[in-house]
Amino acid sequence: MTRRLSGIPASLQRGFRRSVHRAAAAGLLAAALAIPGTAALVAAPAMAQETPVRGGVLNSIVQPEPPTLMLGLNQQGPTQTVAGKIYQGLLTYDRKLNPLPSLAESWTVSPDGLTYTFKLFQNVKWHDGKPFSAADVVFSTSKFLMEVHPRARAVFSRCESIKALDDHTVEFKLKEPFPAFIQAFEVSSAPIVPAHIYEGSDYRTNPANNTPIGTGPFKLKEWVKGSYIQLVRNEDYYKKDLPYLDGITFRVIPDAASRSLALESGQVQQTQYSDLEPFEVPRMKTLPNVTLTTEGYEFVAPMAWLEINHRVKPLDDKRFRKAIAYAIDRKFIRDKIWFGLGRVPTGPINSVVKFYDPKVTTYEPSPEKAKALLDEMGLKPDAKGVRATVKLMPMPYGETWTRLGEYLKQALGKVGVAVVLESTDAAGWAQRVANWDYEITTNFLYQYGDPALGVARTYISSNIRKGVLFTNTMGYSNPKVDELFDQASRENDPAKRQEQYSEVQRILSDDLPVVWLLEMEFPTFLDKRVKNANTTAIGVNDTYESVWLAK
Amino acid sequence: MLGFAQLFASRLVKAAAILIAIVVMNFFLVHAAPGDPAMVMAGEAGAADEKFVAQLREQFGLDRPLYEQLGTYVAKVVQGDLGFSYRQQRPVWDILAERLPATLVLTLTAFLLALAAGVALGTLAAIAVGTWADSAITVIALLAYATPIYWIGLMLSLLFSIQLGWLPAFGYETIGAGYTGLAHVADVAVHLILPVITLALFYMASYARLTRASMLEVRGLDFVKTAKAKGLTQSRIVTRHVLRNAILPVITVAGIQAGQLVGGSILIETVFAWPGIGRLAFEAVLQRDYQVLLGIFLVTSIMVILFNILTDILYGLVDPRIQVSQ
Repeated sequence: MTRRLSGIPASLQRGFRRSVHRAAAAGLLAAALAIPGTAALVAAPAMAQETPVRGGVLNSIVQPEPPTLMLGLNQQGPTQTVAGKIYQGLLTYDRKLNPLPSLAESWTVSPDGLTYTFKLFQNVKWHDGKPFSAADVVFSTSKFLMEVHPRARAVFSRCESIKALDDHTVEFKLKEPFPAFIQAFEVSSAPIVPAHIYEGSDYRTNPANNTPIGTGPFKLKEWVKGSYIQLVRNEDYYKKDLPYLDGITFRVIPDAASRSLALESGQVQQTQYSDLEPFEVPRMKTLPNVTLTTEGYEFVAPMAWLEINHRVKPLDDKRFRKAIAYAIDRKFIRDKIWFGLGRVPTGPINSVVKFYDPKVTTYEPSPEKAKALLDEMGLKPDAKGVRATVKLMPMPYGETWTRLGEYLKQALGKVGVAVVLESTDAAGWAQRVANWDYEITTNFLYQYGDPALGVARTYISSNIRKGVLFTNTMGYSNPKVDELFDQASRENDPAKRQEQYSEVQRILSDDLPVVWLLEMEFPTFLDKRVKNANTTAIGVNDTYESVWLAK
Repeated sequence: MLGFAQLFASRLVKAAAILIAIVVMNFFLVHAAPGDPAMVMAGEAGAADEKFVAQLREQFGLDRPLYEQLGTYVAKVVQGDLGFSYRQQRPVWDILAERLPATLVLTLTAFLLALAAGVALGTLAAIAVGTWADSAITVIALLAYATPIYWIGLMLSLLFSIQLGWLPAFGYETIGAGYTGLAHVADVAVHLILPVITLALFYMASYARLTRASMLEVRGLDFVKTAKAKGLTQSRIVTRHVLRNAILPVITVAGIQAGQLVGGSILIETVFAWPGIGRLAFEAVLQRDYQVLLGIFLVTSIMVILFNILTDILYGLVDPRIQVSQ
């Protein structure tokens, strides 16, 4: 999951954003139009240059600045965007989440679903000139990632054996079928790292972590902490004539308003994920020099929800959780808080992820139904109209989440559920959620292309683990749900798997262990000169080998 | 002169004791915040298991008892070692040294500019008290003092970078330009203009107001009348007699602010993406990067103490009536 702090606490930012907005609204538009060169770009016919040209530097933003670019050790969102150009996985994925070649040229899966064989590209070299081979893949997946990467550890521990059949062929044998396995080779899920640098060393303290050596189309040239990260073309890249770009520069711009200015003034040609706050999006959309897309986040497919601690009464009663679901208007949240970014969810699986089923219990906004459920529970309003009091700790990840907290307080207050807002910072939030020290919080998790990889972890009772984030922190437990997720994860027949996942979605949408709020979409702004960017389900985190800049 | 040496020595001894107390207090303060760096990193990764957090805690030394961690830290600090940032995998001193030039060039330039302009404007206002010049200076100073500096920063950036396109909106230097020598200095200077003006405006306002008020007070004192009676020129009265006596409160405030120069300015650095210490400190708080935070606290404390001593000495120089004594 990407966690991008916006740099300044929301409370600090709010005041000046408003003032900036008002003053800027008039001036900025005029300013944007006045940028030299912009007008010419817009005027140029679209068909003028569709043959890729070499050269040029793409400028983007990296925010917050990651602690390291060694992707195996750190999978923070910004690390992925930058290091996804330096490191590669075996596969990447199209918008429908079907595998595409990356370091692997081709692959086969045995009919019993137990053996995965990958043929690797020839002539691949590490950035230090050493040849890349199957041994690097075996080392990465069986040793390096098993030691340091929680998500990869969960996947590759399902392997009976990982072997290099020859220099360019790797075979994974699974202990039991796990059809989601093919989704596990994306660059941040399983980055391939150089065995000749890491084998036998202490991975976390290896000095090479500061000078990442990958196989990707771009190499790290310079990282001036606090200012920028500069990547340059890998002249020895194994695909002829690629990449097109001379380099990519990621600038560290901690202030959200300044990030908007950077895009408006053309100083950066790309923004991604949470670089811009959703409330900036409607205004930026009207700029003549950029295009907005929300595609390219299908692999992460974030789902936001109200996370409810089932150990606290009356939150353990599903009628209460349903009352919450009826009390809130999720279309309002999408339209007014996220400014139209995202989709209203129906159940636990994001609609862009495989095995999504819309035929589930849904909750249209209805304060009457909410009140009826609370009445049924015996929660009658007191003299002040309060039926129950709950504590809500909004996620400290920027202004938008704070606004969501304020909306929820209002919406729940209308049905007699008083909300006490609690504030905290990222470290405090992580500590309290992991240790179950909360009543309700907001949260969002990535789904990683398959329910077995990104959805089951939130609901299965074997994943109730105190002190660990992104587990079943609610304490929800339903043996039928456990069984269905377990069966589906091992089922080779897609039709049967669909049945199992459909059933689990029906059960969950009725049990309502969490209240799903939004299938989140992130805005990607691209300057109109940038071509071929953002073509896969990994979007801005992909290699950018075939991205080019129109002159 | 002996007095100076004695004072200096005794002040240094006191300072050392204060510093140790500061180190210990800060240590407990930063550890009192909920969460730890391992948890932060688990949160950022978006996935975690027991092993991940346990490995990080072990690597960071967070699995040791707190008093043991304190002992290790103090022992290092006493030897001049500020510790190691496990998050960034680098010694704290390196991280600070990397940010110090950017911070100092920003805060020192702004400080000197503010001091010069502030005292000049304050003096001008005091001489011309009651006239339109005085009113204009007072109003401008009040506005600059009361307006949030990040707002001024954003507005200046809108005007000079976006509208007019004269100055870069943010950053420390032109990326990838590879300037050296004078070209590099000029490049940094151009980037420096907006943040320095923004930061200086605020301080300038306080110095101007202080100078004006103090000068008006001194102006009415008997010795000024005597000076006038002696037939001294107006300019000599203002510079030698009024200003010299009125400057003491300004020195006091400037001394306090000078001590904070090395701490940078979180807001300015954030708005202008300036790679300084202020932002580093702010990020270290959010990331619970204990050692970096403690390092910044320590360096800032040392600067504050040093500037306090310097201010005291300066008092004596400006006003010989203030005796150096204990």
